[in-house]
Amino acid sequence: MRKVLLPSLIIIAASLLVMRVFYLQIIDDSFKLKSDNNAIKKQYDYPERGYIYDRYGKLLVANQASYDIMVIPREIKDDLNITEFCALLNITKEDYDKRIAKAKVYSPRLPSVFLPQLNKSEFAAFQEKIRKYEGFYFQKRSLRDYEVDYGANIFGSILQVNEKLIAKNPYYNSGDLIGRQGVEESYEEVLRGIKGVKYIQKDKYNREIGSYKEGKYDTIAVAGEDINLTIDAELQKYGEELMINKRGGIVAIEPKSGEILALVTAPSYDPGILVGRQRSKNYTLLYHDSIAKPLYDRGLLAEYPPGSPFKILTGLIGLQEQVINENTTFFCHNGFSYGRGRFMKCHSHAPNQQLHNGIYNSCNTYFAQTYMLTINKYADPAKAVDVWSDHVKSFGLGQFMGYDLPTGKRGNIPTSKTYKKIYPNGGWRSTTIVSNAIGQGEVLMTPIQLANMMATVANQGYYYTPHIIKKIEGKKIDAKFTTKHVTTVDQKYFPPVISGLFDVYNLGTARALRVEGIDICGKTGTAENFAKINGKRTQLKDHSIFVAFAPKDNPKIAIAIMIENGGFGAAVAGPIASLMIEKYLRKKITRNDLEIRVLNKSLVSEYAKLGGMTAASAIESTPKDSVMRAKMVKQPQVEVKKVRLDTTQEN
Amino acid sequence: MKNQSIKNNIDWISVFIYTALVILGWLNIYSSSLLSTDGTYQKQLIFIGCTIPLIFIVLFVDGKFYEKYASIIFGVSLLSLAGLFLFGKTIAGQRCWYAIGSFTIQPSEFAKAATSLALAKYLSDTQINLKDVNRQVQALAIVFLPVLLILPQPDPGSALIYSIFIVVLYREGLPSWYVWTGFITIVLFVLTLVLEPYAVILIALGVLIIIHFKGRAVDRNIILSSILLAVISAFVLSVDYVFDNIFKQHHRDRFNILLGKTVDMKGIGYNTNQSEIAIGSGGWIGKGFLEGTQTKGGFVPEQHTDYIFTTVGEEWGFAGSMVVIALFVGLLLRVIYLAERQKTKFSRVYGYCVAGILFTHFFVNIAMVIGIFPTIGVPLPFFSYGGSGLWGFTILLFIFLKMDANKVNEW
Repeated sequence: MRKVLLPSLIIIAASLLVMRVFYLQIIDDSFKLKSDNNAIKKQYDYPERGYIYDRYGKLLVANQASYDIMVIPREIKDDLNITEFCALLNITKEDYDKRIAKAKVYSPRLPSVFLPQLNKSEFAAFQEKIRKYEGFYFQKRSLRDYEVDYGANIFGSILQVNEKLIAKNPYYNSGDLIGRQGVEESYEEVLRGIKGVKYIQKDKYNREIGSYKEGKYDTIAVAGEDINLTIDAELQKYGEELMINKRGGIVAIEPKSGEILALVTAPSYDPGILVGRQRSKNYTLLYHDSIAKPLYDRGLLAEYPPGSPFKILTGLIGLQEQVINENTTFFCHNGFSYGRGRFMKCHSHAPNQQLHNGIYNSCNTYFAQTYMLTINKYADPAKAVDVWSDHVKSFGLGQFMGYDLPTGKRGNIPTSKTYKKIYPNGGWRSTTIVSNAIGQGEVLMTPIQLANMMATVANQGYYYTPHIIKKIEGKKIDAKFTTKHVTTVDQKYFPPVISGLFDVYNLGTARALRVEGIDICGKTGTAENFAKINGKRTQLKDHSIFVAFAPKDNPKIAIAIMIENGGFGAAVAGPIASLMIEKYLRKKITRNDLEIRVLNKSLVSEYAKLGGMTAASAIESTPKDSVMRAKMVKQPQVEVKKVRLDTTQEN
Repeated sequence: MKNQSIKNNIDWISVFIYTALVILGWLNIYSSSLLSTDGTYQKQLIFIGCTIPLIFIVLFVDGKFYEKYASIIFGVSLLSLAGLFLFGKTIAGQRCWYAIGSFTIQPSEFAKAATSLALAKYLSDTQINLKDVNRQVQALAIVFLPVLLILPQPDPGSALIYSIFIVVLYREGLPSWYVWTGFITIVLFVLTLVLEPYAVILIALGVLIIIHFKGRAVDRNIILSSILLAVISAFVLSVDYVFDNIFKQHHRDRFNILLGKTVDMKGIGYNTNQSEIAIGSGGWIGKGFLEGTQTKGGFVPEQHTDYIFTTVGEEWGFAGSMVVIALFVGLLLRVIYLAERQKTKFSRVYGYCVAGILFTHFFVNIAMVIGIFPTIGVPLPFFSYGGSGLWGFTILLFIFLKMDANKVNEW
């Protein structure tokens, strides 16, 4: 027995060791991960983001070097001249103490950011002396550099990814930058390129001691690609300047290609303010301006009943459904009666209306009658509405259009379903829904949809999905932007409608907006709108809407303009259309009178009714172009300030 | 001729395992110290080179030398331990080394072999019966004399190794209650730390009652049982007292970490945590030679010495760990086998001592590294970095292999 004890102990002890080692190495797999976290550091090599150019190759967005001042607190010398140091960096002594304390909390031995994102000029003075300050050094980063002070809504901006996004997309790591909104978002993957990874072996002090496995797993960064936008930078800039002191959107499209020439939203801001150190401060300001909403792209998002411009479609569908022809005549005496004693008002014009003068007079009666005939053509109004709805939708309306910008709205084109929901017991008929005829009722459209509708009319029955990408370095753009969409309305029905639109400028509502030598076809519109002011639903001044394309033959530009509370379509929106068209086609302006009128038209007092003037309004751009600024009469700033104070108190 | 007989008679299996362990050990030291600049693996290579003349000296000394001079060797060894208090060099708070220039030597690594020789000599010299209490005391005195000199250095790790001599003495006739007492002491000690002392006393009471009534009627001795309970209670309470009041905080921490009572990954728990991470990340076949990220990063403290097994675990995985454990178990069982076939009591006892010492080192070291034993500084024989250790173990083993080879001549 005595001989057995030691061998038994050996066997038992060895078994214990084997079991424990088995548990550690095979069963519990948490150690692998802990080990990787411990010892391997991934170091990323960020490629430069692609540049953004306009359609003619003008550089809009480039990159700039930015410098983070880093600190290793333990290495700071005691005899550091803090006063001089702070003066160079333009910070206060308290600020210095706070930042050093923060760095120490992180680690006295590891580098942390002392002062982030200095620009070249801020850094220049410091750079010469940095060697004097032990413990401090700098790290170069790349930030966006905006060559222009407009187009903020088109570009979007760059920000650090948040936790949610990291969880969703494994490409991104904490601290990575990502494009947000605009083309920075929709072409994020093209612009950013692919970051490279280096695996670095670390030691227990977190020091790097060389590459992991001789760089077997390392990858090389792929540079971001440059893109050309379809935007005409000059037109975009001009549009934004015309929109100063107004709110609304302008969308201009090249009909033959669907290329977006300008996408203006107002108020807007200089994209440069969302770069670098001021970014978060400015973004917060813009973000919280919930009334002027400078971050809200009205060209893409503002859904309104389009009003009169929709009559174009009512007429075209009437022709296609053969319920009217060019010579069909309706009589209008400041309106007409329909249904059970209801009356639709119209403005005063000659009583007998045909398609041609119906359009340029914008006669409600004519199009309401046409619409009712269209609906009454079918025994079942549900069927009729669906036929009508399909026609309208073939113009790209009532749906997401599929353009390459990250935000959008469907708009609304009602179908039989819509009315079955509103009138579950049935009993609705053409007279019930006649408001649709004149672009009210259930119809909703965004400015880009209006512009696309005009492009389709200009093309006489087809459109290309609007898009903002012109060229990606060495690559073709998405095939969906080169696919023709044909309407259900035949081409032959377009010329009479276009002729009516042309005469809007000769005989109709836009007589005063003609530009000599350019045949413009257009249509005014207004959209009623309401707001809650002091808890009461109040009707505000109508939104001013205008759609147009030019030249009449071989159209080069189709445009839609929506001005919030701008009043009658020809008042503000119309002049802007004329100016934009001339600017695009001629590169210069002959209607200086219109330009001065528009530049000096301020709707600020109108918007003040909404309590809208907040601190953010101050960053809304004013023309930086001295020529344009000279044309502007100084706005009565006092009034604005007073209103701002009042609303602050109310709120 | 003598040369010839050694070559023919030496146990080549043991030599082979020894060589394998030394080579594997060096490879792992190489990997774990590749990035350090103080020449660790180069020095170890020199240490290994020195073992070759050492082995030849040990093998070619006359076979009777060790038995004849065992007492003198033991005496010199004790003197060398005692001399530390006067001439020793203190490294990391431990006065364990003699320094000759930059070269240090640790006498406690050689004392184990000396003690083994002395014990073997004592047990073989006379017709000693270990049932005799006087003999027991004398034998234990031989064992505890070096312990008394080693403990205050302080080097509890080396002192701990001597506890295995109880098992050797048991083999040679020490009454079994020594072993039982030792075993129960360990169990009570661990239980006291895990549970409250009163709970342990209650359990002991319960066990005694069961034994009392289940046992044969003639064995029932209420007085003896009561005394036993009193002794157990006293022990448990004193352990509790010692643990709380005499142990220093870092000693308590070592136990608490092990028992899962404290989780402190940055402080005292760091060593064990990092070594578990290193071993655990090895998986089935490891990350490959020189590819251990934990090893390269130097996350495991003392990796080339006491924690050398972490490199094995990380770079060679479960497979490599098994090879190392199998080599050790093979060597230990081989030595025991050889010891049992010795013709003289002297060489048998010595062989047993060798197996016991190697076993204790092997088990305590790896158990500590994989987190089932408190952190205590004990090297892994033939593996860990260090000249004294390597030479001490080499001498220890090869003296026995010499005896084994020589047994033919003893007819």
